[in-house]
Amino acid sequence: MQLKTEEIEDIVLIEIQEERMDAHNSGTFKEQMLALFDEGKCKLIIDLSAVRFVDSSGLGALVSGFKNASAREGSLKLCGLQPQVRSMFELTRLHRVFEIFVSVDEAQESF
Amino acid sequence: MPETVEVDITIPNQTRYLGLIGRIGEDLVHSLGRYTGDREVLAYHLNLVLTEAITNAICHANENDPNKRIQIKISATEETLSIKVFDEGEGFDLAKRQLGDMCETDECGRGIHIIRRLMDQVNYRRSDKRNVLEMVKKLY
Repeated sequence: MQLKTEEIEDIVLIEIQEERMDAHNSGTFKEQMLALFDEGKCKLIIDLSAVRFVDSSGLGALVSGFKNASAREGSLKLCGLQPQVRSMFELTRLHRVFEIFVSVDEAQESF
Repeated sequence: MPETVEVDITIPNQTRYLGLIGRIGEDLVHSLGRYTGDREVLAYHLNLVLTEAITNAICHANENDPNKRIQIKISATEETLSIKVFDEGEGFDLAKRQLGDMCETDECGRGIHIIRRLMDQVNYRRSDKRNVLEMVKKLY
């Protein structure tokens, strides 16, 4: 999956540069996050502002990252959700699991 | 005569085709003449239902077998949107796929739940030597 990552102190900002997150690319995304966890990173912000479409596989990859970050006493936070993407979190009740912010700055300040 | 739009596509058992079929679904919604609801929402939902149903067929029913294929039939009239996704696998028990059985942090299992939430009728049955997931949504 095409990502742009930036480290801000101990936080890794991951900007997803794909219009779709689905079963075709979400497995790779999980592996990319696992590589970061293996490096000891456990505070992640996922910027979804470029993502127009997410399916259950994409949501599953984010849940995987969330669980891995939590298990390492870190956290995975989301920001920049387009309305249709936000509706997917509500449809699957995952808005009750994730911390969701409007902007990267807000997500960063919450750590 | 009521307007009917029909699509019949067969694809290899590969997830790389998900985006293509999703876009066809969205374009189909935009070609519906008299739909008065929120067209952007319906287009997104059709893209999503197609993506979930085809992913299920590729990864679970057809077990990622590259020699198998998926057939997708979409039929839209002024009253209903009907989708059929045919797989060549062993089939599964639709009744056992319920979100109520899931933990919120499970990584898999949301696809069928999403389809059930967005469509009015969902049925999975044997059809000759294949299986078909049939989904119907009332448009009015």
